[in-house]
Amino acid sequence: MDNLGHLLDGFVNVLSPGNLLMALLGVVAGTAVGVLPGIGPAMTVALLLPVTYGMDPTQAFILFAGIYYGGMYGGSTTSILLNTPGESSSVITSIEGNKMAKAGRAAQALATAAIGSFVAGTIATLLLVFVTPLVVTFAVGLGAPEYFAIMLLAFVAVSVTLGSSRVRGFASLLLGLVIGLIGIDGVTGRQRLTLGIPQLADGIDVVVVAVGIFAVGEALWVAAHMRRKAMPVIPVGRPWLGAEDWRRSWRPWLRGTALGFPFGALPGSGAEIPTFLSYAVEKRLARRPEEFGHGAIEGVAGPEAANNASAAGTLVPMLAIGLPTTATAAVMLAAFESYGIQPGPLLLERQPALVWTLIASLFIGNLLLLVLNLPLAPAWARLLRVPRPYLYAGILFFASMGAYAVNSQPLDLILLLLLGLLGFAMRRFGLPVLPLIVGVILGPRAELQGRRSLQLSGGDLSGLVGGPLSIAIYAVLVILLAWPLIKRFVPGRAL
Amino acid sequence: MRNRISVLLAALAALSVLAAAGCGATAEKGAGTAAGEGPVTGLRLMVPNTPGGGYDTTARTAAKVMEDAKIASGVQVFNLPGAGGTVGLQRMINEKGNGKLAMQMGLGVVGASYTSKSQATLSQTTPLAKLIEEAGAIVVSKDSPYRTIGDLVAAWKKDPKKVTVGGGSSPGGPDHLLPMRLAKVVGIDPRQVNYVSYDGGGELLPAILGDKVGFGASGYSEFLDQVTAGQLRVLAVTSTEPVPVLKDIPTLKASGIDLVFTNWRGVVAPPGIGDADRRMWIDALTRMHDSQQWKTELTKRGWTDSFVTGDRFAAYLAEQDKSVASILAELGLA
Repeated sequence: MDNLGHLLDGFVNVLSPGNLLMALLGVVAGTAVGVLPGIGPAMTVALLLPVTYGMDPTQAFILFAGIYYGGMYGGSTTSILLNTPGESSSVITSIEGNKMAKAGRAAQALATAAIGSFVAGTIATLLLVFVTPLVVTFAVGLGAPEYFAIMLLAFVAVSVTLGSSRVRGFASLLLGLVIGLIGIDGVTGRQRLTLGIPQLADGIDVVVVAVGIFAVGEALWVAAHMRRKAMPVIPVGRPWLGAEDWRRSWRPWLRGTALGFPFGALPGSGAEIPTFLSYAVEKRLARRPEEFGHGAIEGVAGPEAANNASAAGTLVPMLAIGLPTTATAAVMLAAFESYGIQPGPLLLERQPALVWTLIASLFIGNLLLLVLNLPLAPAWARLLRVPRPYLYAGILFFASMGAYAVNSQPLDLILLLLLGLLGFAMRRFGLPVLPLIVGVILGPRAELQGRRSLQLSGGDLSGLVGGPLSIAIYAVLVILLAWPLIKRFVPGRAL
Repeated sequence: MRNRISVLLAALAALSVLAAAGCGATAEKGAGTAAGEGPVTGLRLMVPNTPGGGYDTTARTAAKVMEDAKIASGVQVFNLPGAGGTVGLQRMINEKGNGKLAMQMGLGVVGASYTSKSQATLSQTTPLAKLIEEAGAIVVSKDSPYRTIGDLVAAWKKDPKKVTVGGGSSPGGPDHLLPMRLAKVVGIDPRQVNYVSYDGGGELLPAILGDKVGFGASGYSEFLDQVTAGQLRVLAVTSTEPVPVLKDIPTLKASGIDLVFTNWRGVVAPPGIGDADRRMWIDALTRMHDSQQWKTELTKRGWTDSFVTGDRFAAYLAEQDKSVASILAELGLA
């Protein structure tokens, strides 16, 4: 339990007024950038770097860690209230979260997200303390074939989001895959579907797609229907979690944590996949699966826990072997370097005080986030009382600002409007919008890992099956796909 | 006489910029700075990549040193990412004649200008200075069968498709160009090279550590700590002289392979800027390079100084441009 002693030392270091102030500043700033679509924690940390040059490195990292955790949390607020995901990792939160908000349960959705994030963040940070070496060995052992298998699993898992009509669901998914194709092909360096526009060479940012399809599409849809009948003001309801909500939330929190933490530690998987998997798992395990799609609290609790746990998971390879697995971690690594600290396998030996203080500050930051956001949940929820025309004007304003902030390109605003029209048309013709976003996020990654596997094996299809993990994942896939068949031949149990 | 004209031109240029910006500084101040007195104002440095990346760090550090050393005040660094820097390059060309703007760039932008088939090319810009460079390294994991670069090259020649190369940049980027140049020098057809592109050093590192690729090619600083910890083995560095922190590692040249390859970063200005503006930039960058603060930053960040300005940088850039174009053309990418 040597680590525990170090951690306590870390707490002693972090509990100075100056450091606490930094942690508070960090989580407030993080929540703010999480709420604004387009401005992510990575960009915030990068822009703050020059400001922190004069600071003590420990304080700077406490600030950055606060921003990172805060950003993961803040993204859920707009997802739930406005159906506008602030970050791609909270896209899935908006499905059930926004339905809950529309049913007058916004405060409960926000609260379960806040508490779930706290629970997940705390457990995952504890795991960070104790299992880091193990996780790192595991993560390094995985190659492209394993990642490809994980992507396929994610695709199958999200098929539960396809909605009631499979044909419409797949149509939407295919639209997403096509949007995901736009840009320079990472393997050959050739351009695809860019129409000769250089700004399209990097593809369309997921945030622009999500905000366009969700927020702008929704605003247009509401605007088109408002004239016929006055829309009732959304009820706000009770402000706190009831006993029933607690009972339904705690298991998804823990399962979300278990999914999010390992995925955060895997390079190149990101925080989105565990949220997809968590949603699928909750839907399958729910006692009342028919509530999914109409505001099931499990669908908010699980994914929100998953994205926060993955934030802690990200720090595992970063602190242990100097390996950034997300953009924010990469910027934090650059920050380490600017202080003359070489991150890598020797970091813990050379700078134990810094590392343990950073980890201790994560616990503090997590607690601050809960203290800050739980009382705010009813206040945020009241935002929905704003009459619709003003509310949606505000949403359009933030959506445009966010889309522009991603790359500061006017072209993104045009894309945003086009995608908004697409979102409107999809609502008009009953196409679910979520599979599209899933396609945009997962498509390019699955393609990259699949082609990379084939490259590594010299074009041999057997290269798609790597180590034991990929075989295990494929086995799970087969069972999942064949489940309806198996069910028919297993007598006795009616499922 | 010429000096007076240049001062006049600088005053005119400064005036026009100030007028355009609607800013309140006086003309005398702008003119004085061109001659090298007091801090220059109103400079803008464009980074054609996202915040936090290599170009961004270089530009922000340079801007900070200029501020601290009182060479320039209020240097504005802004990002215009896209297509490996080509979107930013296009903007530079559009800003023709703007003497207060410069762009941070490097070898990656040279490659991207070809792979993205950009209308804008670096030959149109006004080269100002090359700032730093970094030697590349050929790296394998500690369990790799290749003990020397000779072992590796022999195995690679025997079956180029089977020995995969991992690099942290997309096709056209520095980590892609390095193995292609190496292949060509040792007599392998670059089209036979099985290059696997990873998203930066962060993704590349586990692939090398986990023996997923035959060998890795990237800047040496990406791997420094893993080398110290004994998890990775550097077979060769690609500079002319051995790298001080890896002093036992031979260069390619010392191993009998006639190739020197460095990834460098420099600064260019838009086309058609006035002589005075060009001199003002070069003067400011030279003073930045000579400052104590820059030297401190170089050591701290492990950057290798390779300061070259004006026409010498222009010649270097032209030579790099040509070599990149020829290898990419051979691969069918340019």
